[in-house]
Amino acid sequence: MSKHNSNHGSLKSYIIGFILSIVLTIIPYMMVVHHSYSIDVIAISVVVIAVIQLLVQLVFFLHLNTSKDGQDNLMAFVFTFLIIAIIVSGSLWIMYNMNINMMPH
Amino acid sequence: MSTQVLHTHDNHHDHHDEEVNKKVTFGFWVYIMSDCILFSMLFATYAVLHNNTYGGVSGKDIFEMPYVLIETFILLTSSFTYGLVMLSAHANKKCMTMFWLIVTFLLGVSFVGMEIHEFHHLIMEGHGPNASAFLSSFFTLVGTHGLHVTLGLIWMVVLMFQVSKHGLMSVTMRKLSCLSLFWHFLDIVWIFVFTIVYLMGAM
Amino acid sequence: MSFLLGKLSWDAIPFNELPAMLAGVGMIGGAIVVVALITYFKLWGYLWKEWFTSVDHKKIGIMYIIVAIIMLLRGFADALLMRAQQAMAYGSNHGFLPPHHYDQIFTAHGVIMIFFMAMPFMVGLMNVAIPLQIGARDVAYPFLNSLSFWLFVAGVILVMISLIIGEFGQTGWLAYPPLSEKTYSPGVGVDYYIWALQISGLGTLLTGINFLVTIFKMRCPGMTLMRMPIFVWASLCTNILIIIVFPVLTVTLGMLALDRYLDFHFFSNGFGGNPMMYVNMIWIWGHPEVYILVLPAFGIYSEIVPTFCKKPLFGYTTMVYATACITVLSFLVWLHHFFTMGSGANVNSFFGIATMIIAIPTGVKIFNWLFTMYGGRITYKSPMYWVIGFMVTFTIGGMTGVLLSVPGADFLLHNSLFLIAHFHNVIIGGVVFGYIAGLIYWFPKAFGFKLHEKLGVASFWCWLVGFYIAFMPLYLLGFMGATRRMNHYDVAAWHPLFIIAAIGSLIIFAGIGFFVLQVIVSIIQRKQNQDLTGDPWDGRTLEWSTSSPPPFYNFAITPHVNSLEPFWDMKQEHKKHPEKYANAPKPVYEDIHMPKNTSIGMIIGLSSALFGFGMIWNIWWLAILTGAVMFISVLVRSFDYDIDYYVPASEVERIENEFAQRKLS
Repeated sequence: MSKHNSNHGSLKSYIIGFILSIVLTIIPYMMVVHHSYSIDVIAISVVVIAVIQLLVQLVFFLHLNTSKDGQDNLMAFVFTFLIIAIIVSGSLWIMYNMNINMMPH
Repeated sequence: MSTQVLHTHDNHHDHHDEEVNKKVTFGFWVYIMSDCILFSMLFATYAVLHNNTYGGVSGKDIFEMPYVLIETFILLTSSFTYGLVMLSAHANKKCMTMFWLIVTFLLGVSFVGMEIHEFHHLIMEGHGPNASAFLSSFFTLVGTHGLHVTLGLIWMVVLMFQVSKHGLMSVTMRKLSCLSLFWHFLDIVWIFVFTIVYLMGAM
Repeated sequence: MSFLLGKLSWDAIPFNELPAMLAGVGMIGGAIVVVALITYFKLWGYLWKEWFTSVDHKKIGIMYIIVAIIMLLRGFADALLMRAQQAMAYGSNHGFLPPHHYDQIFTAHGVIMIFFMAMPFMVGLMNVAIPLQIGARDVAYPFLNSLSFWLFVAGVILVMISLIIGEFGQTGWLAYPPLSEKTYSPGVGVDYYIWALQISGLGTLLTGINFLVTIFKMRCPGMTLMRMPIFVWASLCTNILIIIVFPVLTVTLGMLALDRYLDFHFFSNGFGGNPMMYVNMIWIWGHPEVYILVLPAFGIYSEIVPTFCKKPLFGYTTMVYATACITVLSFLVWLHHFFTMGSGANVNSFFGIATMIIAIPTGVKIFNWLFTMYGGRITYKSPMYWVIGFMVTFTIGGMTGVLLSVPGADFLLHNSLFLIAHFHNVIIGGVVFGYIAGLIYWFPKAFGFKLHEKLGVASFWCWLVGFYIAFMPLYLLGFMGATRRMNHYDVAAWHPLFIIAAIGSLIIFAGIGFFVLQVIVSIIQRKQNQDLTGDPWDGRTLEWSTSSPPPFYNFAITPHVNSLEPFWDMKQEHKKHPEKYANAPKPVYEDIHMPKNTSIGMIIGLSSALFGFGMIWNIWWLAILTGAVMFISVLVRSFDYDIDYYVPASEVERIENEFAQRKLS
C-alpha cells in the first residue's frame, strides 16, 4: 500500500496533540472552578482556549494541512467555519434584539 | 479470461483504489462539515435559550464539574487511542490495530455510560428536558453528541469484524480513515460542549 | 389508541369531506391503473432490473423528473382549487372549501411545489447532465445517489397518503410554532409534514455531498474549474448551499418534533420556549433554499443561450464570480423574511441593505446573457422561448423583491398578496421556466428523440400569458390590502381581480396540458424525431459528444479537454481539417470499472416511508421494525465487498461501433 504521508501523522504528532489538549482542558477548568478572575475575563479566556484546542486537534489529530490533498479539506473547513460564524452570530444578534423588543418584561 | 484481464491491470487497480479512497475520504470530510453546521445550530439554540429556566434549575445548579472533567479526559484519551489505531493500521499491524480499536471502544462506552448516568440522574430529580427550555436545549445538544458517539461505537464494532475478516486492505483502510475523521470530530465538538455548556454554565 | 394501530382508526379517512375523498379516490384509482398496466405488459422485471435498482445517474435523473412532474400536477391542482375558492368566496358566498380544508391546501401546495416538484426536478437535471458535462462515468457515490432518490420517494409517499389517511398540516408550508405545536395542531398533519421533510431532506443532503465531490474530484483531465460549463459551476454552488443549510432544516424540524412528541420546550408558548427562534432558523435554511433552486436555472440559461445564439458565453469569468457572490451573499439576507417580527431598526437595516446588494450579481448575469445574444445568430426553438420569457418575467419579479427589501415598505406588504405575487414571479419566471427549458434541451440526450416543437411552443405561450394574467392582479390586490392565505373576503373591489387571477390559472393549466400532450405525442412520433448523432442542437459542451442516449458508461475513453467549449472546438477542428480525422487510427478500448446495481437504496427508502407512517400514527412496533430493517440494510451494504465489476473492452468496442453505424445512417 503506497504511503501518502500528508494525511496521516506520526506518533509524535499524536502525543503532542494529546498533551496540549490535556493542558488546554485543565487550564480553563481550573479558572472556572477556582473563580480566579472576574467572570468576563474567565468567559473570554475559556472560549479563546477552546478555539486554540480546536486548532491543536485539527492540526495534530486531523492533520489539516496545506499540501495539495489537504488544501481541499482546508478550504471546506474555512468556508464552513465562516458560515457558522455568520449564522451563529447573526442568530444571537437577531434573537437578542427580538427578546428586548418583543418579550414581555 | 477475467482473471487474465484483471492481472494485467494490477497497477491500474492500486492507483485506482487510491483515487477512490481519496474521493471517499474527501466526501466524508464534507459530510463532517455539514455535521458541524448541525451542531452549530444546536449551540446557537442553547445560547438563546440557556437562561430560560422557567424558574427552575440553571446550569450552575445541576452541573457536576469533576464528573464532567473525567468524561472529557476519557473522550480525549479515546481520540488519542484512535490515532494509535491509524498508526498501527498504516504500519500494517493488524493485531495492534484491533487492540487499539478495542481500547478506544471501551473508553467510548465509558463516556456514553457516564452521560446516560448523568441524564438519568437529572430526570429522576425532576430536571428532565420537559421542565424548561434551558433543559430541552441542554439535553438535545449534549444528547445529540452522545448519540453520534454511540453510532460511532456501533461503527467501530462493525469495522472490528471487517478488519478481522478482510485484513488491512484498501477498503478497510478507507473505512478506518473515515471513522477516524468522525471520532476526532466528535472530540472537537465535545471541547465546545465542555466549554460553552459546562464551564460557562458553572460560572 | 391501540398497540397494533397506534392512533390510526377509521376516523382517519375523511369520508365526510367530498373534495378530499374525490382526490384520494382519484389518486388510488390512478395508482391502480398504473400498476395494472405495468402488470399487463409484464414490465415489473424490466423496471426492477433497469430502473429501481439502478445506480446509473442518467436513470436516476429521469426517475426524479418523472416524479417531479407528477407532483407538479398535484401541486397545481391545489393551486386551481385555491384560485377557484378565492374567485367565488366574496361576501355571502363562502366558496366550496371550508377553512380547515383550505388551510391544508395552501400548506400542501407550498410544500409540494418546493420540496417535491422543484427540488427533485433540479436534482434530476443535475443527475442527467453533470457527469456527462464533466467527462465522468457516473457520480462520486452511485449507491448514495440511488438511496437519495428512494428517500425522496418516501417523502412523496407520505405526502400523498396524507390526502386519504389523516390530514396534512394547516400551518402554511413552513409550519411556524406555536400553531404547529401539539397544543394548536393536535392532529397528524404537522407530523406528516415533519417526517416527509426530514426523510427526503436527508436524501437531498446526501445528493449535495455526492455532487460536490463529483464536481471537485471527477472532472476529466484538462477540465480546470475555469473550464467547466456554467451549469456545472451553478450546480457546484447549489450543492455547497445544500450541504450547509439542510442540516439547519434538520435541526429545526427535529426540535419541532421533540416539542410535539416528547413535550420539549424549544418553541412552546410557555416553559421558556421561544417561537421566534424557529422563524429565525427556518429562514436561515429558507433563504439559501430559494437560491438552491434558482442557481441551476441560471446555469441552464447559460447553456442554452450560447448554443442557440451560436456564440460563446459573454463574460464567463464574471458569470462565475457573480454566481459565487450570490452563494455567499445568500447567507446574509435571511431576516428579510421576518422584518416585521420586531428585531428593530438596526437589524432590519443591515439585512435590508444586504438584500439590495444581492440583486447586483444577478443583474450582472442578465447582462451577460443579453450580451451573448447581441451579435449572435439566434435560433428560436422552444428552449430559447423559455429563456426570453424568463428574462422579462424574472426581472420584474426581482424588482418587486428589491421593493420588498425596504423594511418600511415591507411592513405594509409583508404577508400580503404582493409578497405572493413576488415570489411566484421569481420562482415561476426563474426556476420553473429554467427547468422546463432544461428538460426540453436535455430530453433528446436522455431519450434519443426530440420533443414535439409546436406543442412545446403552445405550452410556453400558455404558461407565459397565463402567468401574467394569474399574478399581476395579485400585485394590485397586495397594494389594496389583501392578505395571503384567505379563504373568504368582504371587499367588493377585490372580487374581479380574483376572477381574473383564476382565469390566468386556467391558462397555465392549458400550458401544463399542452406539455403532457407534447410528451405523449413525442413518444408516439419518436421514430420521426430521432437524434442519431447525439448532437441535436449543435451543442458546445461534452455531453453532446456522446450518443443519445449515451451508453451506460458514458465515455468509452475519458476525454481530455483543453478549452472552455471542448466539443464545439473539436467540431470546428474536424470541419477545418477533415483529412486529419478521416483516417484516424481505431481507438484502443480498455476495461471499464462500473458499480453494480443494488436494491438496498430502495429497501431503505421504502422502509423509511413506513417508518415515517409509524411515527406519525404512533404505531411504535412498525417504527421499531422498519427502523431495524433500515439499520440492518446499512450493515448488509457495509459488509458487502462485491459492489463493482469490469466491463470488458470487447463489449465497449461493440457498443461504440453500434453508435458509429447509427451516426453514419
